[in-house]
Amino acid sequence: MKGGVELAKQPFIVLVPQLFVVLLIGFILPLLLFPILKYLGKFNRDDAASIAAHYGSVSVGTFAVAIAYMNSLDIEFEEYVSVFVVILEIPAIIVGILLARGIRKDMPWGKIGHEIFLGKGVVLLIGGLIIGWIAGPDGVTKIKPLFFDLFSGVLALFLLEMGLITARQLSSLRSYGPFLVLFGVITPVCLSLVGILVGLLLGLSVGGASILGTLTASASYIAVPAAMRISVPGANPTLSLSASLGVTFPFNVLVGIQLYYLIAKQLSTIL
Amino acid sequence: MNDRKTIELVTVIAESVLEKSLSEDIERLGARGYTIQDVRGKGARGYRAGEWNESSNIQIEILCDEAVAREIENHLNETYFDNYGMIIYTGKVSVLRSDKFSKI
Repeated sequence: MKGGVELAKQPFIVLVPQLFVVLLIGFILPLLLFPILKYLGKFNRDDAASIAAHYGSVSVGTFAVAIAYMNSLDIEFEEYVSVFVVILEIPAIIVGILLARGIRKDMPWGKIGHEIFLGKGVVLLIGGLIIGWIAGPDGVTKIKPLFFDLFSGVLALFLLEMGLITARQLSSLRSYGPFLVLFGVITPVCLSLVGILVGLLLGLSVGGASILGTLTASASYIAVPAAMRISVPGANPTLSLSASLGVTFPFNVLVGIQLYYLIAKQLSTIL
Repeated sequence: MNDRKTIELVTVIAESVLEKSLSEDIERLGARGYTIQDVRGKGARGYRAGEWNESSNIQIEILCDEAVAREIENHLNETYFDNYGMIIYTGKVSVLRSDKFSKI
């Protein structure tokens, strides 16, 4: 919603090139990951495509932690970055499905589209953006106590809950060997560089670029698992979920976000 | 109590992610309605605790004619058994107002 309020302040046309580049990243990331998973990780086609889609997409939870981190250190960033979440969430799913199944006529695109665009996460994000956009800075003052002031408290509850679920994923991770753990740690760091570099080149602030870096580094564990389960049923869902939820999510929250901010700060002095 | 009749009760337990497609299939195959509940339990794929999208199950109950019941069984067997966690069982139950459940 905050993002929407900021959007209302921005002339939309200025943002179009940024949004386009971010959208492009969403399509490219899974394409980069797929061969690594298939040939280096020796996963079958379905699993490689599914994991690539998870890592090409984003985690809203990780994004929220990044926002809280920036706020706590008073680091400035472009509030409209939440638009990037929506843009980055979807392309990876489409690429993932195409990688696994190829282009076929009998794909239930209607059902998949419904899952992707009308999933709870996307609807809430876009809904919030639109509400903020229409209401503008003055309009949201009345709902501010619930949606803005309680943000940190609700986030803390969410993270506790996620911690419990993550702990349960860890047990299944043991059976898949070290590749998945390494992949879950190395991939986000490499992908964050893409996000940070692109962010800085697009003229985002250090805070904004770190958040874009966090987004490219994060892996989905809500929207993509559901979409993949329906459209690529042959892929093992525990495999991708253990990596994204069991390894990458805690890594990003505990180490990644701070690291990406430091990288962004260093890079901004060079560029 | 005058129209008590014995019909088929089909029970399907499956991954929640299939809720939409299963309910569409069931209606298309001739069932007049169904009841869905969130459930949890243990089976061939380990314990499914139900607290998380990916580990949650649903139970669908369908009251229908025997012919529809067989069609539903066959269709689910062909479409989902290979890749999804799913069990189906059927049995005879007696119902009142049985015309509510028969294929139009």
